[in-house]
Amino acid sequence: MAIANYLYLSAILFTIGAVGVVIRRNAIVVFMCIELMLNAANLAFVTFARINGNLQGQVVAFFTMVVAACEVVVGLAIIVTIYRSRRSTSVDDASLLKR
Amino acid sequence: MINFALDIGKTATPEAVLFYFLAPLSVFAGLGMLIVKKAVHSALLLAWIMISLAIFYIAQDALFLGIVQIVVYTGAVMMLFLFILMLVGVDASDSFTETIRGLRPIAITAAIGFGGLLTTLIGRATFNRPITGLASANSNGNANGLAKELFTQYVFAFEVVSALLITAALGAMVLAHSQKTRSPFAQRDLSIARFRKDNLKDAAGLPSSGVYALHNAVDVPALLPTGKAAPTSISAVLEARGDMIESSKFQLQQEEEEK
Repeated sequence: MAIANYLYLSAILFTIGAVGVVIRRNAIVVFMCIELMLNAANLAFVTFARINGNLQGQVVAFFTMVVAACEVVVGLAIIVTIYRSRRSTSVDDASLLKR
Repeated sequence: MINFALDIGKTATPEAVLFYFLAPLSVFAGLGMLIVKKAVHSALLLAWIMISLAIFYIAQDALFLGIVQIVVYTGAVMMLFLFILMLVGVDASDSFTETIRGLRPIAITAAIGFGGLLTTLIGRATFNRPITGLASANSNGNANGLAKELFTQYVFAFEVVSALLITAALGAMVLAHSQKTRSPFAQRDLSIARFRKDNLKDAAGLPSSGVYALHNAVDVPALLPTGKAAPTSISAVLEARGDMIESSKFQLQQEEEEK
């Protein structure tokens, strides 16, 4: 099996995550799809670290994990705040600026 | 002309078996995330994808990242997701009505285009260096090698990331904090409210359960000076659950005889 198969898998997972962000309405599911995209990028970094024979790709993947953790903390806090005032986590309900 | 099998090294057979077993499963789980109605099911499928990715990391000589993936992602992040799902209601399922007309076909077409672009790009890439693998980089152990990179070349980025983590924690605290609309009832307010009532019967406070009664359990009503049981001395919760003992059982016998 070619090592590049990991890159193909990473590309497919990233695409699935991107579709999920666009078509799902629940803010929490949208968030999970963003996590899926970050994870797919991480897989590509780890694979490239292996191809290149050094650990710098793994260091970048490590930083991505930390940033993803921060993003989850702040994003979920925003979702909870919106839920508290609107009783809904649908991304379509928060459209006050439209009207 | 198009060279699809990117010649950047081959893997051993066990790893190929692992890949061909787990990769389709994780892709199906990803597709399932888009289809399932309930957010909890999406979360479970995402947890499965994250575990498979952790296995892939370990298979690719990234032992430390594989463990961190399980601890941080499937442990902390997914638990946080499930926690928030419980908070906003597990039953809150997504509505599948299209709010923007034609959004779904456009999104799927764009995704096929984007995915096709990415895969052809990977397929056409060439790599004009010999594939060495991580054997030499991991010679002192993966965690040691990673630590050496982190604390020498990337030490500034590491510090910046720590500042980011602290900022995120503070931001979450600020966002989660809610202003109280009224001040809480303190002992003083409760006392004033008691004395402003029409009848001053309870001005000294309600009797506690078990006072002067035969038992001092919480479900035993207190006895008033007249010898009668006081049902108000028992928590309304116990009464609603039916855990209250019949109050007449504890009235003083003499009282009954006198009558």
